[in-house]
Amino acid sequence: MATTDKEVNELIKREYEHGFVTDIEADTFEPGLNEDVIARLSGIKKEPEWMLEWRLKAYRRWLEMEEPDWAHVGYPKIDYNSISYYSAPKRKEDMPQSLDEVDPELLKTYEKLGIPLHEREKLAGVAVDAVFDSVSVATTFKEPLAKAGVIFCSISEAIQDYPELVKKYLGSVVPAGDNFFAGLNSAVFSDGTFVYVPKGVRCPMELSTYFRINAANTGQFERTLIIAEDSSYVSYLEGCTAPMRDENQLHAAVVELVALDDAQIKYSTVQNWYPGDEEGKGGIFNFVTKRGACIGKNSKISWTQVETGSAVTWKYPSCVLRGENSVGEFYSVALTNNYQQADTGTKMIHMGKNTSSTIISKGISAGKSSNAYRGLVKFGPGAEGARNFTQCDSLLIGDRCGAHTFPYIESKNKSAIVEHEATTSKVSDEQMFLCRQRGIEPEQAVSMIVNGFCKEVFKELPMEFAVEAGKLLEVSLEGSVG
Amino acid sequence: MLSIKNLHASVEDKEILKGINLEIKAGEVHAIMGPNGSGKSTLSQVLAGNEAFEVTSGEITLNGENLLDLETEERAREGIFLAFQYPVEIPGVSNLQFLRTAVNAMRTHRGEPEMNAAEFMKLAKEVSKQVDLDPAFLKRGVNEGFSGGEKKRNEIMQALLLQPKLAILDETDSGLDIDALQVVSNGVNALRAEDRAILMVTHYQRLLNHIVPDYVHVLAGGKIVKSGGRELALELEERGYGWLGIKDEETADSSANGSGN
Repeated sequence: MATTDKEVNELIKREYEHGFVTDIEADTFEPGLNEDVIARLSGIKKEPEWMLEWRLKAYRRWLEMEEPDWAHVGYPKIDYNSISYYSAPKRKEDMPQSLDEVDPELLKTYEKLGIPLHEREKLAGVAVDAVFDSVSVATTFKEPLAKAGVIFCSISEAIQDYPELVKKYLGSVVPAGDNFFAGLNSAVFSDGTFVYVPKGVRCPMELSTYFRINAANTGQFERTLIIAEDSSYVSYLEGCTAPMRDENQLHAAVVELVALDDAQIKYSTVQNWYPGDEEGKGGIFNFVTKRGACIGKNSKISWTQVETGSAVTWKYPSCVLRGENSVGEFYSVALTNNYQQADTGTKMIHMGKNTSSTIISKGISAGKSSNAYRGLVKFGPGAEGARNFTQCDSLLIGDRCGAHTFPYIESKNKSAIVEHEATTSKVSDEQMFLCRQRGIEPEQAVSMIVNGFCKEVFKELPMEFAVEAGKLLEVSLEGSVG
Repeated sequence: MLSIKNLHASVEDKEILKGINLEIKAGEVHAIMGPNGSGKSTLSQVLAGNEAFEVTSGEITLNGENLLDLETEERAREGIFLAFQYPVEIPGVSNLQFLRTAVNAMRTHRGEPEMNAAEFMKLAKEVSKQVDLDPAFLKRGVNEGFSGGEKKRNEIMQALLLQPKLAILDETDSGLDIDALQVVSNGVNALRAEDRAILMVTHYQRLLNHIVPDYVHVLAGGKIVKSGGRELALELEERGYGWLGIKDEETADSSANGSGN
């Protein structure tokens, strides 16, 4: 019996909560993958025939491919027939036109994740295309973008509304046969983002997408395609979070960027998928293919990533530098704690004359985690005067974690220049003693030292992301001291 | 203020301090002198709570509170400050951010509101002038690429910012030229206050020309073998340590990294 006010209140509160929380009904496919499943998926999305053909071709190709095992990670074999390949929240109407039309349950979930759309709307210059499971549910700031001629929509919409652009560029940077996970994604991608910036346009705001995995046992396979026409500029931000679940979940995304003459694309990611618990149970398998093609002369693609989540990460955002004088950049902070494993890095493929690339990678390992940098710098015969600078730093916290560096350099042009610097350091007892002697808590000291280590990368992030990234490191490092 | 009784401490099972007794009152300046390897730096590190050293027996109290029960950061907040002999670098963390974090940790402990970036910047600029450091140093990484003299001035600046009850200066004069020594000494003299004690650890008498101590102690073989006033230091300069029956090259703690000298 409830005898005190406090207990009574708690009882009331419980009932209150119970009355108002309702599960979102979801259309979820039975687990399993075959041509019928793909056809059903394509059908639900009312895709044109060519799209279904494209998917089926990818699927048939994928069946002949083998899952890669060269990465410095270990995980139980994935049964691709135990995954459901489609889950969408039920909607009353086809697409909500404004936030008011979005299911309040969804909005509440976003708020729990710290992504209040209403607030984000107010934040100057940020448009949010939110993806909940597999379907975009809210897109804000469409109007000012439309005025500038920028297309920012879900890939499903783009397939309907801009088929010529999609046909021309989808798979042009990451073909279906590129690798096992890209092949799977090509067959079953459920949604994602499409951005098109016309000639000479500087996108008037930062574009941003938050992805979220909700339903259990559901794979998320989003597909992002960004096209920057001649002399255009776009900055795209991507944030990822997922709730805690004991089961592992698969995330196999593909991102393709295309930069034409004098165009510039800046792509920033803060990835905080659920990393699993302290014993290494659960967490996301993040097997992602991200690649940008600098097709035009003087074009530039920059990848900036802060990776703190996922149980296993397999990710190499890359640049193919075809255009003369084109520039590729990769700035990365990858933090692993507890039992997380990361094998991440980049590929810079120099094909054109005087192309240049910069790689700054900061790996932080804590707990019993394993953190590997894997990078390829390649110069084709036509890469006259090309150059690369690579800096690869590892920071170890404690003595049970591991850091590995696998740099590969291939050159078919004698004039190409490569500089490579690598360091491995530890958060030293002396540094900790200095901080603590000045009255600073050990956790705060580690977080400060790690943030200092990552500074070169954080300064590449858009302002609000940089703050978030710093906080994220702090949270991710919890329990790594002592 | 500070009371040390029969303090024994060791590093890696090797005993370095073998029964130290010392009383320091508020307002006093004490100098600890002694040959290399006598345990001077070990004493500083033990007072600050460096976990590399194990206190095997004895007690240390600060205003009656048992310091040995406190973690390093708790001792710091109670007012223990150590100016390091070899300040370590923290790359990428600006001096300003580091100092503000430290000052705010102390303020929070005292129940005072935290200082915002602008307030702190103003304070830090003023204090940096006291030790003749260009305010541009505030933006650089903690001790990153600082010269030896700059590091020492930076340490004294921190003491001035944190306003400790007991400032321990570990060989603050080492590696300084005469001008830098003057600047650092001015900073230390600015720290002198009725409610503050200063413990200077030094190998050389010359520092004591600039910062005149009230008491001088000679540490040898892990024990204080002689105590006196200012004149003891002058006598040591003239006669060396030999007349006290001490060899100048004792190696009692030479195996302990950073604890020698």
